[in-house]
Amino acid sequence: MMRKSRWKIYNQTEFYLFIVLIVLSTILAFVNPKFLRLENIFDLLRNYTFLGILALGQLVVLISGGIDVSFTAIATVSQYIMGVIISKYYIDNILVALAIPIPIGIALGLVNALLVYYTRVHPVIITISTLNVFYGFLMFITSGRWIYKFPPSFRNFVQIKILSFTSAKGTPYGLSILTLFWIIVAVMTWFILKHTNIGRKIYAVGGNLEAARRAGINIFRTYIFVYCYMGGLAGLASFVQAQLAQIIQPNAIVGKELDVLAAAILGGASVFGGSGTVPGAILGVLLIAIIKNGLVLMRIPAYWHQVVMGAIIAGAASVTALQMKFKSRRMVRKNAD
Amino acid sequence: MPIKELLNTRMIFKKTQATVLGFILIFLIILMTIMTRGKLLHLSNLQAVAFQLPLLGTLTLAQMIPMITGGIDLSIISTANLSGIIMAFILTKLSGWYTTPLAIVVGVAVSLVVGVLNGILVAYISVPAIIATLGMMIFIRGVALVLTRGYVIAGFPDSFVFIGNGDIFGIPMPFIIFFALILLMLLILNKTRFGFNLYMLGSNITATEFSGVNVKRVLFNTHLLSSLLAGVASIIMISRFNAAQADYGQSYLLLTVLACVLGGVNPAGGYGKVMGVFASIVVLQVVATGFNLLGFSSHLANALWGLILLIVMLINRMISKAE
Amino acid sequence: MEERISHFLILRNINKNYGGVKALEKVDLDIMEGEIHCLVGENGSGKSTLVKIITGVVKPEPGGKIEIKGESFEFLDPLTSFLKGIHVVHQDLSLFPNLSVAENIAIHEHIMKKSGLVNWKRIYEVADRVMKRLGIYIDPHIQVEKLSVADQQLVAICRSLASDAKLMILDEPTSSLTSREVERLFSILRDLKSRGISILFISHRLDEVLDIGERITVLKDGKKVGTFRKEELDKKKLTYLMTGRELAFVRRSKGLEKKVPILKVENLTKYGQFENVSFELHSGEILGLIGPRGAGRTELALSLFGMNPPDSGRIFVEGKEVSFKSNRDAIKHGIGYVPENRLTQGLVLEQSVKNNLVITILERILNDFRLIDEERKNKVAEEMVRKFGIKTAGMDVAAKTLSGGNQQKVVLAKWISTAPKILILDGPTMGIDVAAKESIYRLVSKLANEGIAVLFISDESSEVTANCDRIMLMKNRKIVGVFKKDEISEEELERRIKE
Repeated sequence: MMRKSRWKIYNQTEFYLFIVLIVLSTILAFVNPKFLRLENIFDLLRNYTFLGILALGQLVVLISGGIDVSFTAIATVSQYIMGVIISKYYIDNILVALAIPIPIGIALGLVNALLVYYTRVHPVIITISTLNVFYGFLMFITSGRWIYKFPPSFRNFVQIKILSFTSAKGTPYGLSILTLFWIIVAVMTWFILKHTNIGRKIYAVGGNLEAARRAGINIFRTYIFVYCYMGGLAGLASFVQAQLAQIIQPNAIVGKELDVLAAAILGGASVFGGSGTVPGAILGVLLIAIIKNGLVLMRIPAYWHQVVMGAIIAGAASVTALQMKFKSRRMVRKNAD
Repeated sequence: MPIKELLNTRMIFKKTQATVLGFILIFLIILMTIMTRGKLLHLSNLQAVAFQLPLLGTLTLAQMIPMITGGIDLSIISTANLSGIIMAFILTKLSGWYTTPLAIVVGVAVSLVVGVLNGILVAYISVPAIIATLGMMIFIRGVALVLTRGYVIAGFPDSFVFIGNGDIFGIPMPFIIFFALILLMLLILNKTRFGFNLYMLGSNITATEFSGVNVKRVLFNTHLLSSLLAGVASIIMISRFNAAQADYGQSYLLLTVLACVLGGVNPAGGYGKVMGVFASIVVLQVVATGFNLLGFSSHLANALWGLILLIVMLINRMISKAE
Repeated sequence: MEERISHFLILRNINKNYGGVKALEKVDLDIMEGEIHCLVGENGSGKSTLVKIITGVVKPEPGGKIEIKGESFEFLDPLTSFLKGIHVVHQDLSLFPNLSVAENIAIHEHIMKKSGLVNWKRIYEVADRVMKRLGIYIDPHIQVEKLSVADQQLVAICRSLASDAKLMILDEPTSSLTSREVERLFSILRDLKSRGISILFISHRLDEVLDIGERITVLKDGKKVGTFRKEELDKKKLTYLMTGRELAFVRRSKGLEKKVPILKVENLTKYGQFENVSFELHSGEILGLIGPRGAGRTELALSLFGMNPPDSGRIFVEGKEVSFKSNRDAIKHGIGYVPENRLTQGLVLEQSVKNNLVITILERILNDFRLIDEERKNKVAEEMVRKFGIKTAGMDVAAKTLSGGNQQKVVLAKWISTAPKILILDGPTMGIDVAAKESIYRLVSKLANEGIAVLFISDESSEVTANCDRIMLMKNRKIVGVFKKDEISEEELERRIKE
């Protein structure tokens, strides 16, 4: 009896997402068999690590009842500073490169946290503002100059693979080390949300802010954690993106906010807070990856992708909204009179 | 719901705030005037303000209405662009006396269609306005890209271009349109049942529904109206620039929210006056023109807008704490 | 041999001023260990301020003393109060709907640790232990939002117990419970008492107060009227102590003559809410609808008002069958509904009194251009204020500034001005002071005399037997009895409700 109800909960969003994922993958495999090739899958995972890491950060913010649209700007700033340092001072040490954007991201996330807490204004308005402040000032100072002269350690890092194979043609492929980052972040986020006090407090704050306050939960500290976590992950993700592109273009990342939000919401995180899981966020990203991959394999022009994305967000949100409607109708009945 | 609790900003918007905000904005104007060595106040520049203001103004009015319900409309810029593009097709592909009126009608119709979609999502399916309009924004932007493939469509008939650039007795045409819209909004918000119900709904949707108000219809009309205004904005926009493109003016989105909030619209809903918003639009446009004169790039301008909004929010909070 | 039971909490000379207003004046209170102590008082009597002082949210004026188990304080802060074992279960329960039962119960485990790992085993152990102590069982894995309100309340109580509560303050705990659930709650409270835990029970439900309370403290206008033993009091005395006056029920003198049924309900059913409800309501009649909570009264009322479409059955208004798709249809047919929850359903608190008054009759204040005529709007609103005796600082102040009784008058006014043929009142006097209650009774009687049919839903037998021409008893989702005014006494009615 007791065990059943725990697994029942899993029978919800994540399960359906998984089914949809399988169905879509199957369809795609039919349309273009190349899709299921291990090579393609590893590539997909590598290319979506950026989105995947960001989605996990956004998940944490959403669970706490907030939202952050400034993470693309945070990523851009972190990435740029890293780029400037390692290329100007020719630091041929990948660990240093990795160590730069994360603290910067955390610091910028801190700014968000302070503003959200102190002004009590909806995070969407605060983070739209910080997005413009961070990005605007960066562009102003740098005039959007690209950075592309990287030391060899930076250039080589992206080639590293965990698990290598060689294809029939002789070209090597495998699970990229960048994907490993995603996996590590996923495991870490899952662990934090499920097994640490701060993680459970995030759910509590998102579930009932007033009750959290009354119970003595330090809301301020919770917000700091949440927004700094997002910022730090944005920094890490920006490293990944720079690795993949091997060029830093300041205007490359801003604009992708919506993809990340779409992934998180598809994955079951609610805008109202209090719900969302790591598996859900991962499935959300994978779903978007497969949809986009599918669109490409079906030779649908790039312009149509946005159309599809928008329709999906609206569709997924509608389904969630309708679900909530029917759920609340049931609850009213239960608490009759 | 945590967001709603966080949004206890209802307390923040009172008369003292309005006065302080007024001072901030005047301070900005004075600062700009000094920095441009007085050029800001030259007639030609003020005229430029009068020409540019209607676009920001109309878009802000479009944003104001959903904000009074406690929501937001992220899709207004994309809607304006899409309307503009479709109008542009008509204007460039057809010729004849009917081209301009036809384009206008179609442009407005397109924006109405978007409004209907937003309305259905928010009012009847109960998707939160942020997400619904976010999805629509992406969707519409995609449609716009598909239609234009990234190209700019330019070259409209003179009769159409007049709307954005001509003047009647020295008053710029767009300004006349905007002024008419202000009057219309004053009427709608203060004198109609819809306006009345809008404010009540924004304050407490449950009690409003229990009082026999068709809240679904009010929400639906809210989005219809805001998209409609976006459509009018697009007429002003593309006629001024004599061109239409898929992704123009995204930075305006922040500005419309800023203008509303500065003008006394409470993001939590239920409060906001047209004249307040009008005043903030004027000041913001003057500041924007000042930015222009000072040669600020759009990026710097955006950064400053963000900064201003944050400072205003902080000051608001300090004031309400002091009270 | 008398056992020396010690005091747990002693308050002496507690004062609190807000501006020039004395919220509390020279209040003393003492609560013994293992005592169930009730605190009663009207709105504005100072109850909530006193509780805030006990929980440390608010500081009393200097000169007072708070003693917890012999330890003296001049004032408390929330953490100290909590650590000393003083816990509040608020009316809204303050639970986390998205977390499991176990996590809610053991939430202090999360909070006491600033950071670090969650010990899930311990959390389930704590939840198990506490539930066993109380003799209840709720699946600890379920998310709290999926539970019924009564179960949620038990979780809230478990939570207090798990964090070692010594004094549990329950604020209006029974407002959403069925009578069976109230019984269960009371037996749990008695069990807690036997374990030495003190309970401070705050409620406006005098029947329950007299049932569960051992000693009862009455507050009035910020002063303590006295602390009494249960045996010394009855409902009448208690009301008198709380208000300084006796509640004079204006008995309905006008009898019910044969009149045309303006509302006829035939076999109305909605699965899970009400079953086979049939009755008639006549013009000029006040029909009471009473029953234990959970019986389905509000659901039924909402069905009649078009906000809760029934699954089967028929409704006739003035002889014609109707089917309402929304409350607007119902309003068009002359039905008005004064909601159960004044603050969330009845009024838009942030908006002006004027706006709240006219929201139902906008049609009438439009001019020839279908625009709102400000002058007419003001006139209509002013007339309503005058006619209903609404005490307000002005027409444009926010509705939230009004007292409970005046707020309710606004809600009544806005519906009565629609000239309804049928007026449904759902708990119209809940949480309202005596003077306002009396004026509402007078008003309702007047309305009926003018020909309006009134469906009066209430929780209080005394109210219903005094004011109604006929009374319907609803239990377990069915109408189990219809009585004419003098056919049943208040006591008999109470008995029938409880059995």
